Amino acid sequence: MAEFLDYFRKERLPHIWCPGCGHGTVTGALIRAIDKLGLDKNKIVMVSGIGCSSRAVGYLDFDTLHTTHGRAIAFATGVKHAKPSLKVIVMTGDGDCTAIGGNHFIHAARRNIDITTIIMNNSTYGMTSGQYSPTTPHGMLGTTAPYGNVEHEFDVCELAKASGASYVARATSFHVTLLTDLIEKALMNKGFSVVEALTQCPTYFGRKNKIGGPVELLNWIKDRTVNVKAAAALPPEKLAGKLLIGELYKAERPEYCATYAETTARVQRTYNDYKGGNRGCELNSD
Amino acid sequence: MPKNAKLMQGNEACTMGAIAAGLQFFAGYPITPSTEIAEMCSEELPKFGGKFIQMEDEIGSIAACIGASLTGKKAMTATSGPGFSLMQESIGYASLCEIPVVIVNVQRMGPSTGMPTSPAQGDIMQARWGTHGDHQVIALAPGNVKECFELTFKAFVYAEAYRVPVIVLADEVISHMREKVVLPDPSSYKIPMRAMPTSPAGYKPYGADPDGGVPLMAPFGQGYRWHCTGLFHDESGAPSGKAAVADQLLHRLDRKIEKNVQALEDYYVESMDDCDVAVVSFGSSAMAALSAVRRARKGGLKAGMLRLKTIWPFPDQAIRRLCASAKKIIVPEMNLGQLVLEVERAIHGKAEVIKLGKVTGELFHPDEIYKALKEAF
Ligand SMILES: Cc1ncc(C[n+]2csc(CCOP(=O)(O)OP(=O)(O)O)c2C)c(N)n1
Ligand code: SF4
Ligand SMILES: [Mg+2]
Repeated sequence: MAEFLDYFRKERLPHIWCPGCGHGTVTGALIRAIDKLGLDKNKIVMVSGIGCSSRAVGYLDFDTLHTTHGRAIAFATGVKHAKPSLKVIVMTGDGDCTAIGGNHFIHAARRNIDITTIIMNNSTYGMTSGQYSPTTPHGMLGTTAPYGNVEHEFDVCELAKASGASYVARATSFHVTLLTDLIEKALMNKGFSVVEALTQCPTYFGRKNKIGGPVELLNWIKDRTVNVKAAAALPPEKLAGKLLIGELYKAERPEYCATYAETTARVQRTYNDYKGGNRGCELNSD
Repeated sequence: MPKNAKLMQGNEACTMGAIAAGLQFFAGYPITPSTEIAEMCSEELPKFGGKFIQMEDEIGSIAACIGASLTGKKAMTATSGPGFSLMQESIGYASLCEIPVVIVNVQRMGPSTGMPTSPAQGDIMQARWGTHGDHQVIALAPGNVKECFELTFKAFVYAEAYRVPVIVLADEVISHMREKVVLPDPSSYKIPMRAMPTSPAGYKPYGADPDGGVPLMAPFGQGYRWHCTGLFHDESGAPSGKAAVADQLLHRLDRKIEKNVQALEDYYVESMDDCDVAVVSFGSSAMAALSAVRRARKGGLKAGMLRLKTIWPFPDQAIRRLCASAKKIIVPEMNLGQLVLEVERAIHGKAEVIKLGKVTGELFHPDEIYKALKEAF
């Protein structure tokens, strides 16, 4: 691979993440996937919301857009729709994507707009110091769930699939090779692609739940998962409470920008003598 | 009838003004009384390669517009009170990150769902202070259908020139009213363009004169690889928690508009030169006010009319200059007194300022303003 750090804004390092945080591992996997595919750095736009996870884009040497909490996918929709030739990647957290931003998430999936969304799911609001999130398992602790989480968590991948995403996969910051491979496939899919990366927040989630340090937490995450291929041969009792990792769903569905372009072409044939507006406006800003 | 004359609605004129200014992207969510703008954009934009999208809410709409603007496109959204409230956080983002974007807010009765189809002018202060923190916006209030076209066009000129969110502050009556409008010849439009850098070498996304300079804006996807963040940032775009960086950034953003107040002021005046009592108003309230002022003049009363088209930044100096002869100033507005506070502040005791608020969801009748004028003399 090209020099790993070439993808980073070296002058912006060191990063803000705690020692043992999993967000860096996920960021590394994304960079390796981009490198493997040989994508043009100048044609990638990375969009994020607010959270520890969302800080990732600030360190990366692309056009990067660090937006408001929960809105990354909506900003990304604007970027992609306005300029479909750009590769648009969203880096987001479980809180950012599935709580405050949940509505944008399901609607972008429904549109199947060509955006790759990497969700760094640490089952907590890390940046605000460990409150429970929509992906905190039932019964586990958070600073706002001192007696155990009363609520039940989302299965983010099922949510993405049901909403219309055309590529859905899950891995963890333990299974880095798998994660890199899945991100690579997600980047190649033309449509709304979701890779959920289960990752560790040792500082808040791990400590509050007395799981131990980063290593124990990583092992805890690993033990929560079963590879989807292995799962096919396992009895149901072995799968109870486990999260499947691997490629979970893939479908051929019309992509939003492509369909919009087809519609535009049809409209333009009908209104070929149209004199209003600013024909060729695609060009007047490039 | 001239070739470009047309009977049109305020919302239609607004859309046409935007398209004339080079609109390339519209994202919105339906809400009365602004919906016609979204409907017309969905129909017109594909005809020339522009992009329309109906987002899942107004938060997403403003976000998508900002995203589109970052690729170099001219972007607009349109809404009314409840949706305008939802947009506030990202309006602050556009203000801090200096992203040109136009927001049409067709005001209706509030707070809350209020009276959705009734006119009001209660968003004067929300337009100025709706998002948190010190920031600047520009807000323009059309007073007739033709101005819906002109001021929306101008909104793009200002958004691109100053890299700020610009709000077109219309109201239900102006936007739903139909009038004959003679549009300028399309060849006369000069499409406003933001200043862009010419090479990525040494590009500083936020490098500008600390005294209100406007940085050059590189479109995404052209090799500049810059970072846009709602965290306070230095000239290079890097997030910063340094006191001096914050201070310099907020002062530059403030000065950017503050030092151009005079360039941005825009108003309609009639009979102000020698007036004893002035009426200062805007939007549809000013229509009734003008007819009352004319009636007063016919009856020998020295009344004058000042209708503001630029509401924010507030034209303090223009108000003082134009109202120099007035002993009293009446401020009719369809709210419980918002613009009047600014007039009072600008006049600074040089004249008596009289509040004339109305919150019935009905327009002012000229008689109501005429009565206030008579009482003032
Ligand atoms: C509108 C808004 N509400 C709340 C916050 C506070 N806030 C910042 S980050 C965050 C949670 C982030 O959680 P997640 O997306 O899971 O990221 P993590 O820090 O865990 O990586 C919250 C609630 C905010 N910045 N903006
Ligand atoms: S608080 Fe948690 S999520 Fe945030 S940087 Fe530290 S370990 Fe990572
Ligand atoms: Mg989290």
